[in-house]
Amino acid sequence: MKAIVSVIGKDKKGIIASVSGLLSDMDVNIEDISQTILQEYFTMIMAVELGQSKLSFTQISEQLTQLGAKIGVEIKMQSQQIFDAMHKIAMTDNN
Amino acid sequence: MYTSKEIIETINMVSRQHLDVRTITMGISLFDCITDSPTRTADKIYDKIMRKAGNLVSTGNAISAEIGVPIVNKRISVTPVSLVTAASKGHEQAIKALDKAAAETGIDFLGGYSALVHKGMTPYEREFIESIPHALASTAKICSSVNVASTKAGINMDAVAMCGKIIKQAALLTKDSDSSACTKLVVFANAVEDNPFMAGAFLGVGEADCVINVGVSGPGVVAAALKQCHGDLSEVAEVIKETAFKITRVGQLVAKEASKRLNAQFGIVDLSLAPTPAVGDSVAQILEEIGLESVGAYGTTATLAMLNDAVKKGGTMASSHVGGLSGAFIPVSEDAGMIAAAESGALTLEKLEAMTAVCSVGLDMIAIPGDVSEEIISAMIADEMSIGVINCKTTAVRVIPVYGKKAGDWATFGGLLGNAPIMEVNRKSPLKFISRGGRIPAPAHSLKN
Repeated sequence: MKAIVSVIGKDKKGIIASVSGLLSDMDVNIEDISQTILQEYFTMIMAVELGQSKLSFTQISEQLTQLGAKIGVEIKMQSQQIFDAMHKIAMTDNN
Repeated sequence: MYTSKEIIETINMVSRQHLDVRTITMGISLFDCITDSPTRTADKIYDKIMRKAGNLVSTGNAISAEIGVPIVNKRISVTPVSLVTAASKGHEQAIKALDKAAAETGIDFLGGYSALVHKGMTPYEREFIESIPHALASTAKICSSVNVASTKAGINMDAVAMCGKIIKQAALLTKDSDSSACTKLVVFANAVEDNPFMAGAFLGVGEADCVINVGVSGPGVVAAALKQCHGDLSEVAEVIKETAFKITRVGQLVAKEASKRLNAQFGIVDLSLAPTPAVGDSVAQILEEIGLESVGAYGTTATLAMLNDAVKKGGTMASSHVGGLSGAFIPVSEDAGMIAAAESGALTLEKLEAMTAVCSVGLDMIAIPGDVSEEIISAMIADEMSIGVINCKTTAVRVIPVYGKKAGDWATFGGLLGNAPIMEVNRKSPLKFISRGGRIPAPAHSLKN
């Protein structure tokens, strides 16, 4: 299953390292990554593939939320389907 | 990959603009539960609902967690119970079975304690309609509707007269909770068979065995998009269309996933913009964002008509099957902007009636004084039904004559149902008109004007 991890918060050291480290520990593969400063907020978007992980969507999502609380940023993971649905005109099996 | 702006837009729609999917409603046919024994019919009803909808709530929650969009309600609609229990006359047993199944599945509402009597009533349908007040007062989650008119059949005024009476009875039976049973009872013209919204949902006779219908929400998202729009009304309509497309796509995704996981047929996505009492989740706010000082001002009917049409244009392309009521809802007690306008006197019942001519669905969630007579309520219903019948659209009445309260007092229903200032009604008597009974004939559909 493909998902989008979004990390939003005040910019600080080590955000990418801690998020990608946790994803690696959970066997979640990062397929694409981009970061920007949007409306004064650090915004990182990761496209990830959960297929190799032994954890469920909910378990991975909870771990990310906990990490976000620890390092003071908001981390969300959502199925790629919702973004395909809203931002692509063609309807496919994914949206 | 998407741009950061697109990702943030989607996230903000949920976190700041109250985007949600209002309901996944599973329609369950009860035709195969019909027997001539009240207890056997009730047992079959309970078993079938548990079999089909046992996982509805957990599946809805799982989809919600994965896509990151709240799915506020999970609901069930069933075949009109008056048809299912006609052979056994077992509506008393059926209501208990429905109540038990609603509690055990954990769903929010179950609709379909309903009768379709737009042209005439059988003796049993009379008995059934008379049972509605007690059924609603004795249960928490069951919703009821009566279709009393259609464009093809006209208006069954005998049924309209009965509905005024049962609304008053339901109000009396729940006098300790601001006559809350009336919030679960809708009187319809041209009721639709695939409506996911309450209190008027039932599964029509032409439907499949098990169907998923989804109702979206999102007036806050439309209002937020319009805040950025400073162009003329053509541009306003375009912004509404684009936003409705995105909102509807969420409904389409949820309907597709839910029907796949629950082994049910994909029914429809209902495009209605359903408000909630939360600030920032209001249809009135959209009209005010377009440029009215307050909903109720002149221009309200025009802006609402434009909103309703633009939502349909944007939403239709976003979903493979659109249906249900599909229009902007204007329930007074469930919309912070409507509540404020009603309280200040900017919004009157007469303006609300005009608004129902251009949008779904009708005089909805309006609290009126408890001493309003049953024939006045029946005449309000007759007026609203005639708007639906003549204009070939669904209209409905869900008014609450709040027992023991008068105009200016407040009624509180809680949760999504909100609270409302009690609005005065015109007290001139329509008694002779309502007492005549009979049928208002179906209208001609040529010579339009």
